[in-house]
Amino acid sequence: MSEEAIKLGGKKKSIFMDKVKELLPEGGNLNLCLTCGACSSGCPATGLEGMDPRKFLRMAALGMDEELQSSPWVWMCTMCQRCVYVCPMKIDIPQLVFNARASWPMEDRPKGIKGSCEMAMKNDSTSAMGASPEDFTFVVEDVLEEYREAQPEFKDMQAPIDKKGAEFFVNQNSREPVTEPDEMVPLWKILHLVGADWTYGSKGWAGENYCMFLADNERWEHITRTTANSADELGCKVFLNTE
Amino acid sequence: MVKSVVGEENFIDMEPNRSNNYCCGGGGGFLQAGYKEQRLEFGKLKDQQIQTTKADYCIAGCHNCHAQIHELSEHYGANYGVVHMWTLICLSLGILGPNEREYLHDDLKEVNEFHPETAM
Repeated sequence: MSEEAIKLGGKKKSIFMDKVKELLPEGGNLNLCLTCGACSSGCPATGLEGMDPRKFLRMAALGMDEELQSSPWVWMCTMCQRCVYVCPMKIDIPQLVFNARASWPMEDRPKGIKGSCEMAMKNDSTSAMGASPEDFTFVVEDVLEEYREAQPEFKDMQAPIDKKGAEFFVNQNSREPVTEPDEMVPLWKILHLVGADWTYGSKGWAGENYCMFLADNERWEHITRTTANSADELGCKVFLNTE
Repeated sequence: MVKSVVGEENFIDMEPNRSNNYCCGGGGGFLQAGYKEQRLEFGKLKDQQIQTTKADYCIAGCHNCHAQIHELSEHYGANYGVVHMWTLICLSLGILGPNEREYLHDDLKEVNEFHPETAM
């Protein structure tokens, strides 16, 4: 917990909160805080780095932009939105956190998140683990073939890639094809048994999006559009997000 | 759905639940952010919720949750299993093969095994 009292430097310093307010419907209700503390009392990130959601918002309201934008706490709040759910005024603190992340110089943002985002930009897979469309296709076909033979009850099971006109576009976290391919099979079996007409896309098959966590709007949008366009190009009616 | 798969008597919800539930701390990039100590501290609340249920397994809704709760289970020593929903659905249908049981513990490792001869 923080031991030092917060000192205000007289005149309100800046306008980070005002900028975020402009971005949000109803200004994210950011100036409606009643200081009740419901947000902080139910937040698992309360106390980390001497910070909590109410304190974060109060600091923003007081114009303590520098302190806010340099606190690593913004990478410890998962933006789960429980604080919004319990807030009587529905204040959007997670958006404040997201935009504080976005204000960090790129080189100072967490290497792990940045690395996963960069990996996803390498090819059309959008995979944070860097697997290419070819790698993904190979693994899926290989595993499918193996299971059709080993478990004859599933000899007609499909795991289509780029099937035009399929009803469902299914995405897939990279962890399975890259590190534990057998874990893909139970989902395929369920889809097979219910008779779902589904497909993966060789483009945008990977479900994770670390560019979003990095608060990099441009690259976040690129990844989301790649996967959405993939589903559109195949003529799928439903995007089934398994992530 | 969980109740229909594991049986009404085997489903124990944590408290608080639904929209009042607590985040486990795996999401938002926290898993990759590098602040491990703080991430485990964050997850303490989730681990306590799970331990309080005395359940043998926790079902995780996504991969971030799965990885984080799995680590919490080991770090805080309760060693409950952490599974994806698809594993339990296939187990209950009797179509879960021996190589699709990565996250099942010994108590379920060989239960209702589909094509046990294919074990690798």
